[in-house]
Amino acid sequence: MTVADSLLDVADLTVSYRVDGAWLPALRDFRLRLGAGQVYGLVGESGSGKSTAALALMRYLGGNGRLEAGARLRFAGEDLLAKSPRELRRLWARRIKFVPQNAGAALNPSLKIGRQVLEALQAAEGSGGEAAYATMLRMFRDVNLAAPERVAERYPHELSGGMQQRVTIAMALISDPQLLIMDEPTTGLDVTTEAVILDLLRGLIAQRATGLLFITHNLGLVAQLCQRVLVLYAGEIMEDAAVAQLFASPRHPYTLGLLNSLPQPGARKASARLQAISGNPPALRLRARGCAFAQRCPLVIERCHREKPPLETLADGSLVRCHRWREVRPPSASPPPPNPLHKEGGGYTSGEDEAQPALLRARGLKKHFPVPRSLRQALRGIQPPPIQALDGVDLQLRAGQTLGLVGESGSGKTTLARVIIGLQESSGGTLEILGIEARASARQRRQDILGKLQMVFQNPQNSLNPYMSVRQAIARPLLKLRGLSPAEAEAETLRLLALVNLRADYANRYPDELSGGEKQRVAIARAFASEPALVLCDEPVSALDVSVQAAVLNLLADLQAERGAAYLFISHDLAVVGYLADVIAVMYLGKLCEVGAAEAFFRPPYHPYSEALLSAIPIADPARKTARILLHDSLPRAHQQPRGCRFHQRCPRKIGAICEEEAPPWRQAAAGQIRCHIPLAELAAAQGALPPPAAGG
Amino acid sequence: MLPFLRRRFVFFLFTYLLSSLMIFFLLRVLPGDPARVIAGGREATAEQVAEIRAALGLNAPLPQQYVAWLGDFLRGDWGETIAFRGAHNRELVLERARNSARLALVALLLSVPLSLALGVIAGLSENKLPDILISLLTLSVVSLPEFVTGLFLINTVALAGGGSPLADALGWWFPASSAVPANASFGEMLPALWLPAAAATLVLLAYISRLTRAGVIEELKREYVRAAALKGIPWRAVIWRHVLRNALLPTITVIAISISWLISGLVVIEFVFGFPGLGGLLITAIERRDLLLAQAIVMVTVTIILFANLFADMAYAALNPRVRLG
Amino acid sequence: MRSAVSDRQPRRAFAAIWRLLRALLRQPQSAIGAALVGFFLLLALFGGALAPHPNANDQSHAVRQPPTLDLGALQLGAHPFGTDRLGRDVYSRVILGASSIFRIAGLGTLISVVLGSALGMFMGYQGGWLDEALGRIIDALLAIPALLLALVLVGIIRNLDFEIGSWQAGLADNVVLLVIAALYIPIVARVARSATLDIKTREFVQAAEIRGESRAYIIFREILPSVIPALVVEASLRFSYAIFLVASLGFLGFGARPPSPDWGLMVNENRGGYYRLTPWALEFPALAIAALVIAVNLMSDGIRRAAQKGE
Ligand code: SF4
Ligand code: SF4
Repeated sequence: MTVADSLLDVADLTVSYRVDGAWLPALRDFRLRLGAGQVYGLVGESGSGKSTAALALMRYLGGNGRLEAGARLRFAGEDLLAKSPRELRRLWARRIKFVPQNAGAALNPSLKIGRQVLEALQAAEGSGGEAAYATMLRMFRDVNLAAPERVAERYPHELSGGMQQRVTIAMALISDPQLLIMDEPTTGLDVTTEAVILDLLRGLIAQRATGLLFITHNLGLVAQLCQRVLVLYAGEIMEDAAVAQLFASPRHPYTLGLLNSLPQPGARKASARLQAISGNPPALRLRARGCAFAQRCPLVIERCHREKPPLETLADGSLVRCHRWREVRPPSASPPPPNPLHKEGGGYTSGEDEAQPALLRARGLKKHFPVPRSLRQALRGIQPPPIQALDGVDLQLRAGQTLGLVGESGSGKTTLARVIIGLQESSGGTLEILGIEARASARQRRQDILGKLQMVFQNPQNSLNPYMSVRQAIARPLLKLRGLSPAEAEAETLRLLALVNLRADYANRYPDELSGGEKQRVAIARAFASEPALVLCDEPVSALDVSVQAAVLNLLADLQAERGAAYLFISHDLAVVGYLADVIAVMYLGKLCEVGAAEAFFRPPYHPYSEALLSAIPIADPARKTARILLHDSLPRAHQQPRGCRFHQRCPRKIGAICEEEAPPWRQAAAGQIRCHIPLAELAAAQGALPPPAAGG
Repeated sequence: MLPFLRRRFVFFLFTYLLSSLMIFFLLRVLPGDPARVIAGGREATAEQVAEIRAALGLNAPLPQQYVAWLGDFLRGDWGETIAFRGAHNRELVLERARNSARLALVALLLSVPLSLALGVIAGLSENKLPDILISLLTLSVVSLPEFVTGLFLINTVALAGGGSPLADALGWWFPASSAVPANASFGEMLPALWLPAAAATLVLLAYISRLTRAGVIEELKREYVRAAALKGIPWRAVIWRHVLRNALLPTITVIAISISWLISGLVVIEFVFGFPGLGGLLITAIERRDLLLAQAIVMVTVTIILFANLFADMAYAALNPRVRLG
Repeated sequence: MRSAVSDRQPRRAFAAIWRLLRALLRQPQSAIGAALVGFFLLLALFGGALAPHPNANDQSHAVRQPPTLDLGALQLGAHPFGTDRLGRDVYSRVILGASSIFRIAGLGTLISVVLGSALGMFMGYQGGWLDEALGRIIDALLAIPALLLALVLVGIIRNLDFEIGSWQAGLADNVVLLVIAALYIPIVARVARSATLDIKTREFVQAAEIRGESRAYIIFREILPSVIPALVVEASLRFSYAIFLVASLGFLGFGARPPSPDWGLMVNENRGGYYRLTPWALEFPALAIAALVIAVNLMSDGIRRAAQKGE
């Protein structure tokens, strides 16, 4: 591609932020050339400078950000740096559009959707009236918004997350821009919704020859959507290459590390450890003089600390910033070491197993949240049906087993964990822990049961008390639940710290002196302090940076092998669940719809819902573009629960009226059970026709 | 919107009952015997006390007394005034309440637009010069006790009126004393209202403008403001259509809450200026130990405040789509 | 190696307060405010030693002397702020007046903050019908304007004549202090409650719950440290309102009784006709009130900003 035909041409772009009186560079020597109609991925972790880059490209920086001199920033041959605010506004209105991460926050809560979209159109074309309205409706149809007239009359809070994101996309595309910049547009959406949005984007981009800069932390999305990709780390470009090239043979150790740290298709914790990147991304003010990745790089040599590697341009036009890029081997060349700690087995058994009593047994577990009555209902004396967050869940877990629990947000997985641990009281059903019937609330449970059940929370930011040192956090359960003396507790605290791979001096630190991954390690040490038999993990890595997730997952797997704890592992990431779990349970609207051994889960027959979830995973391999089974709409509103099969409104395999009227039966499969009206043989036959979606993402 | 309003209305009734209960019991259960207080303290004879006791119905059980008292109040029977011989509490209180309301009205008309403007300007220029000046102003001059600003106003205007024709003319419009007859008409009273209203304006200015400023700053940080700017619409439109629309909505509630604030301020201001309002009456009532009168005044005040809050809730619900449809 | 399971938690909370103070002193307006408040605090503590005429009701001087700036004369017992119509030294009275306003507003604030935050944190953590009921009572209380409630309470209690030395008399003597505490308890409780509600949802509190920790442990050890910054901000705000209220009550004649050197009372006693005779007897106490209120406001605003920045 020549300079002339590139749509966006950026070089030597450096952006600094003012932090406590000092200007710190958040993005250094950024460089990008994006052609018309090209889909460019921009990959980075939090703090890598990717959002900064996006806003700087549009010349929209907040009051505390500044663009350093000497940059080149050209858009369609025009110099953006020379533009006046007025000219920039005209550009934003028509030719460069930005789609923010959180559509819900990016829409004005007190204006109707239609008004906000028309406002964008007005800014772009200066037109209003009937014609504009018609254009808007057409655009809504293009982004598959059902009933566009009604959507236009709604307020943002009345739309689901997926619909809100479609509105922002419609708003961006309505002026037919030349360049679209999307900042993590699907983060925070369910995989199913994400798949639909991606599909939509692909179609829209192909029609319009719009250049797209797609910012994400998810390599799977890049592989599935983009043609070229740029990898940012600590504000610097590490690598820039065509997608096929980058995924097949990455040239930078960081890229390689990221790709390796993802669970490989079919990999299980028994057969292979995840290849984690050690350490944490550097904070803004601790950026190194030499290579930004030197602290964590397996290939680091002395020179890397001393001398910043140059951004080299290779023969094929790729860019790479590493002294030793020639020595980096593609992923397949380095087979993952086997994991000696785990043995395969401990799989699914449906009936009661006398030899090995269940650690946890839930029967008909229910959790209902009452719905406040509206005036009309109150007048008529009607009590609206409660929201059934859990509606009769049966579950069994044996010692040392890992149960993976998956489902979209709102499916009730977190409620299940909270009911089991006693943070919320169940509204019905029984719960046995170690053969003893447990009281509903943690406060009433016996000390020994409390110690046997622990939890690791999603958000490490909030899971440690900011006013307690690591030592206090870990020692408390030792003193309280295990009754150790202070001296014993101290020794045990240090042992636990070593167990989660933290140095002993971390005991004196406070949470604000820890990175996200370190906080999660401390939280894990705290959970293991009372020698639990079951640890509930609610999305334990989803709030962490991609490059530290694998290390935490490895830690969890190792601890389990050493301590023999069972896990209830909740995650939206099926690849991770497939790697860690022995048994997988799928939840939809408060009911389980499939339970089975993890090895069998990724082979047909699947429950139609599991099938849709599996096919929605963006696989980090550009060569494998799966045929998607798209689920339209999101979960039905909690208080309008469908009768019959819970899934019938969205089920692509629905067979007829029976699905709407009768609750489907559990059907026994070889290594699990599936709740569907379709016999399993038929399901398997229909699903076998598809290329098998694999665990990998 | 309906469930919201229903909740607010139930809340209103509940709060009203509860605060009336509190007013009743505070004045009844306090150490000492109200009948003795009314009879004149320790000098009163036992017979006098017993007589008053019987007359006030103080021998009945407390709950019964409360019901009787609240019923009387709601029916408009507020008893006879002790502080002013022969007057009825209701006429007295309502006339003074009307005067105070005039004063409050003028104060609100002056202060609300002014403080909104100041708050918006400060919010839009956060930590820049206009903001710093405005917050210094609201923090210092304006947060002075009302009697200090009141006395200052009286004395400067009094000094200005030195006998020249101009000063005399000014003096008619801005009399230093606001001691007008309590039954004067609004027109007659107007000149006497300016100075006390100015003092009251200062009371509200700080409160409303600071909350407005905070609201504007909070909205400016929202992502939808950035999204609107990146739509390429002019900054002015971003401010008017997006920022202020959302930032000023809670101000309705703020103004309603500030009425309670204003009433406290008016007590002092009326006293300073000698204005015949409710606040001055309350002080007299307490000084002359007229419990029934004091109770009636506090009840009227609470009624006004609770209604103001109810109306604010309704206005808020009508303007906020999230409440309206939720 | 540190001693086993040492307890640095209180120190941590103090460090947070210290950081807040430092941030406070870094802003010029709030540093000025804090310095002025410190100055008045010194007057309040050592007023008796600093005032040239420590007896506030000493009427031995010539009446209606105007203020003088002659420092030489000062040592000879002149009156820098003049004397009032009874021949009392205004300068000494202003200095002596600082102590009562600090004692009443300060203690009142302290009591209300301690009790109010305990109540509010309990309500917030406990939730349920008890919280609901207490919350409604607080709302009802707050519907009555503070000054009105204070006037009624103070007015009535002061008018009761109690046996000298009885507990009721003690109560009546401190009525303004107690009324301030009572008025502000619900307000502080409300703030503490909402801060607690925010902290309560954090996962570290849930982690404590699944350890089976007691309510007291969770409230005081897990939640309290995180609520303290909000409480410090509220305390400084309450203090500034308390000063305002004490001065206003004094002015209305419901505070200290006549001969005492209360600033509000001094302003009231020298209003109207007396103002023409001895304007300085009104102006200096009024100025003292103004300076103190402004200073406290600047300081509390600074504390609020510093706390926001710390978040
Ligand atoms: S320059 Fe050195 S430290 Fe940096 S990525 Fe290359 S080998 Fe690793
Ligand atoms: S029962 Fe019917 S609707 Fe439900 S999953 Fe099976 S086919 Fe789909």
